[in-house]
Formats: sequence, structure tokens, C-alpha cells
Amino acid sequence: MNDIKDVILKYVRAEYLEEDDDEIDFDSPLISGGIVDSFSMVSLKRFLENKYSISIPDEEATPDAFDTVNKIARLVQRFIK
Amino acid sequence: MSHFGSYEERIKNFSWTLAEKELDFADGHPVNIGWYCSDRICRQGKAAKMALIWEGLGGVEKRYTYNDVRLASNTIGAFLRSLGVKSGDRVCLFMDKIPELYIGFLGILKIGAIAQPLFSAFGDESLYIRLADAETGTIMTQRKHLSKVRKIIGQMPYLKHIIVVDYDGRKPLQDREVAFSLEAADPVEKLEIAPTTAESPSVLHYTSGTTGKPKGVKHVHYSLIAQYLTAKWVLDLHDDDIYWCTADPGWVTGTSYGIIGPFSLGVTQCVTDVGFSAESWYRFIEKHRVTVWYSAPTAIRSLMKAGDELVKKFDLSSLRHLTSVGEPLNAEAVIWSERVFGLPFHDTYWQTETGSIMITNFPGMKIKPGSMGRAFPGITATVLDVDTYQPLTQPGKVGLIGIKPGWPSMMREYWKNEETYKGKFKNGWYIPGDRSSIDVDGYFWFTGRDDDIINTAGHLVSPFEVESALLGHEAVAESAVVAKPDDVNMEVVKAFVSLKPGFSASKDLELEIMNFIRKKLSPLAMPQEIEYVASLPKTRSGKIMRRLLRAREWGEEIGDTSTLENDDQ
Repeated sequence: MNDIKDVILKYVRAEYLEEDDDEIDFDSPLISGGIVDSFSMVSLKRFLENKYSISIPDEEATPDAFDTVNKIARLVQRFIK
Repeated sequence: MSHFGSYEERIKNFSWTLAEKELDFADGHPVNIGWYCSDRICRQGKAAKMALIWEGLGGVEKRYTYNDVRLASNTIGAFLRSLGVKSGDRVCLFMDKIPELYIGFLGILKIGAIAQPLFSAFGDESLYIRLADAETGTIMTQRKHLSKVRKIIGQMPYLKHIIVVDYDGRKPLQDREVAFSLEAADPVEKLEIAPTTAESPSVLHYTSGTTGKPKGVKHVHYSLIAQYLTAKWVLDLHDDDIYWCTADPGWVTGTSYGIIGPFSLGVTQCVTDVGFSAESWYRFIEKHRVTVWYSAPTAIRSLMKAGDELVKKFDLSSLRHLTSVGEPLNAEAVIWSERVFGLPFHDTYWQTETGSIMITNFPGMKIKPGSMGRAFPGITATVLDVDTYQPLTQPGKVGLIGIKPGWPSMMREYWKNEETYKGKFKNGWYIPGDRSSIDVDGYFWFTGRDDDIINTAGHLVSPFEVESALLGHEAVAESAVVAKPDDVNMEVVKAFVSLKPGFSASKDLELEIMNFIRKKLSPLAMPQEIEYVASLPKTRSGKIMRRLLRAREWGEEIGDTSTLENDDQ
């Protein structure tokens, strides 16, 4: 689980943070905090699906389920066989 | 009691002089939107009234009275003047929805400069194209967006000042960058307002075109007349209202109805700079006791997805009037809102070029769910035959929407692009580029765009711009970009891509290309799906047949393919 969280955090930092954004952690609000918007969420979902060879149904990929690294990691964990 | 009253009464002898009189405007006299939206309201005895309640992440809140807005916009105007910014100069606002964006907009107008708001999620290429076209001399931005400006500054010799509104001193400023803090600056009590007149340029909004670069839509200070009256009659803003416009001022709704309309009426408005979630939006309405809400179909459909039970957890009883803009509002959304809020959303139809609402469902008028409503008084709108541009008289017949030119907030030109501007007028009608029918009661029913432009979540994306950007990726040989249907956003971007030799199709490459476009253009322009193809369908003259690809996506008839280069495709 910790590995998954680290991978997601690293990816979010590299892909979505602007240069001078504040540092984020596992509980930082990504969607409601405006770091990842609803359109960009599609690319984050795609990253997770590619990385873990999973398929996350659209109805599960809600702004709330993607709002923190912790929540995303829990979601991913459910789909990893 | 709504301001609007009866449609039949309002259209009788309508004249825009009605709004001119309410605003004490006289032909030939100075008119300055910045002054009207702050100083004039203070002179009406509302200096202590709350103008703007802003909420940021973590519940941070800032409040500005009309006197605060007057002083702060004076202060920004004076600072810009001290840098040498003059009347007619373009000043870009490249910021999130922070107070400096709203107040800076007014400060720019007060000194006669032209405000050029740009969506802060734009990537460096989108930013560059728009700044280069306008030869913008000054940009106001935040630290978090500086890296995008720095990437392109070498290509912009005309850009003299980059104003950083939240500089914290941690890293040194670079070439042409200057710090400005609204909170630390000495408030400027008196600012000489530029003597702008009705036709003085005020705002330059960029909108996507089917082909070629984005177009700079130039508006003038006289637009105030229409923005004031439509905000009063359509949004039904009253003195005691708490108003929330969810649009970003990087787009026209965010300036026409997120700044000019409500502030010229002296209304209190709330703004949140926090990202979307159904719960946070309901909480925002509950906390601030929002009465009038102007939102967008994509947001409304997202709220529908979040479910009815969530609505019941909040006290939303303050709401009394709901309106929507950006894309056609589907009938289900109107019916849903009436069920859960006890109020229907009223659709409004207009676009960047029109500057104010053209066709709408008025307060108190019978709403036909799924219809755009009727033309605003003073607006002559019809549907035209697609070949002859003659008005269609048969109810229900689909044609191009046409609007008789001459309303106050109509664009005055596309920036340095007269040919395209002229092309928007046919047979004496302005052509917005949308298809519709009109029923026997005069209600308009939207049927679709008349071009390849993609309307995603109410924002227009040019397929040409995305295709051009895609060619910047090392793996892409050719591409075609079309709209794909989407339940929430109405349309999303889909790209068909053929790869250069040496590259092979993979899911990782798809993600790489998606992120490439997201950073270069914007998240809105990012293809949500990429389909690899060996080659693209083309006419015998070599033109990519987007129409054919789009038809496939929408399950429509492919139509005439006689000019197709290779019928196997």
C-alpha cells in the first residue's frame, strides 16, 4: 500500500504541480484543492490503469475518490488482483 | 417579483436607452466600466456594502466592500501607470480566481488599458499564441504560473512587465518581473479615471476558431449597457441578493456576469477558488446563503451524478433563481433541478462575440425544458437557411442562428483579423455558428454547431489547435481531432493519430501524448481518447475528412464520401 501511495504522490508531483505550488502529502486535497481538475483526472486515471494493469470503472472514478493520494491508493488497491 | 415581468410588455417599444438612463449614460460622454463597477456604486451610498466575498483553499476568506474594491482597483491602476502602461495597452490577467483577478480587471479598465483575461490552466503554447497575437505588454500573474511565462518570454520582446501578485521573496525575480502586493500597497484614494468613451476598447477575450489561430474578440466600454440590463432582467439581480457565478473570468461569462453585470448593479457576489466537488459547492451555497446562482450544464450534470441524497444534507433554501450557460442545457437537468431544488435552471444562450445574453428563459416565463428560450428584448434573432441566409419562416425547421447586428455588447472586431470578422456576417445577419429551430411560440431549440469546434464543458476547443500541437510530439506523424459525445461534458476531445516510423502504439505512449497536450495547451484540450490509425481518411486533394471521423463517433450517417481518397478507410 505504501508503495502505491509513493508512486502516486511522485506522479502527481511531477505531472500536475506548478513550479511554485506548495508541497503536497498523502492527504492534500487534489481535486477540491484545484491541483488536478476534472479533465486532468482522466490522465491520472489512465496512468493508474496502465501502471497497475487495472481498469477503474468510470462510476468509481469520482472527484471524491480521487481527492487525495490516500483515497486513490485505496481505490487502486481494490482493483489489483 | 422579478425585474423582468412580462415578455410581451418588455418587447413593446424596447430601447437600450432604458439602460442608458438607469446608468446616467449620455452619448458622447465618458463611460468607464471600472468606474461604474466601483466608484459609482460608492457614490450611490453603498460604499460599505459587501461587493466580493472570496473563499480559497482551507476556508481562507477575504471580504471586500465596494469602497475596498474602489480603492484596490485605484491602487492597481496607479501601479500599472507607474510602470508606464497607457490607454489602449493590453494587460493580460493570468491568474486563478483570486481577488486580484476581479479587482485588477477593474483597475486595468480605469486607466483605459485593455484587459486580456486568459484561463490560468492554459499551457505555455496556448499562452504564447494569445499574447503574441495581442502583442501584450504587461501580464499580471501568480508565482505558480511564472514557469509557463518564463518558458516563452524569449519569444516576446513586446512583453515589458510581468507582475507577480503573490511574490514571497523566496526565489529571486527574473528578467522583466516585478512584485506587487495588493495588501501591502498604500491604498490610492484618488485615481484619474481615463476618459474612455462608448467605443473605447475594454476587454480582449480569445476564442477558438475552426481553422487558424484563436481570435481576439474586442469589446468596448459601451458593452456595459447590455451587460447591466441582462444581469438585471435575466439573472434577476436585486439589491439584497447574494450572487454566485461559477465561471472563471478567463472566459467571457466570468467577466460579463462574474464582474461587470453584478458590480454595475451594486450586488454582493461570492467566489470560490476551490476545485469542484458537489459537497463543497452545496456547502458554499449554504454558508453564504446564495440566492442567485449562474452555473453551467457540465457542473449541473456532475451534481446530478452526485445524487439527490447529498442535496438533502444541506440547507439550500436561500436559492431563489438558477441560470445556466456554456452549452445547451438538457431537459433532464432542468427537470432534475426543479425536483431537488424546487427551482428550474434557466438556460441562457450567448457567446464571447455577443458579450451578453442573446436568447434565454426569462424569470417567470414558462420554461420548456431543453429549449434555449426566447430572444432578449432589443435582440432580433432568427434561424436562416444554410445556403441563402434568408430567414426560415416554418416553425421547427432547422437553420443557422442569425442575429441582427447593433446591440451594445457586440464585438467590434477580431484583433487584427478583419477578414475573419467580416466572414461572420451573412446577408446582414451575425452568424454565431450554431444551428437551431424556432417553435410556434418563438422558443429556440439548439441542434448543434455548424463547424468542427468542440464544445467541452462549455469551453470551445479548436481541433486545428490540438492537431497542430500534436505534431509537436516526436511520435506523431499525422492527426485528426474531433468531438466525442460525453454524458457530463457534452463533448470531449478525441484524437486519431498515425505514428512516425520507429514508434509503436501503446497505452503508455497514449498517456504521454495526452499529458503533452495538457501541458502545452490546457487540460480542456487534452484528448481523453487517442485512437491509433495507420492513416487518416483524406479527400483526393489531401484534406483530412474530420466530418467522417466525427460521424463515426456520433453514430451518424457518414454522408457523401465520393471525394474520399481511399474508400477502404
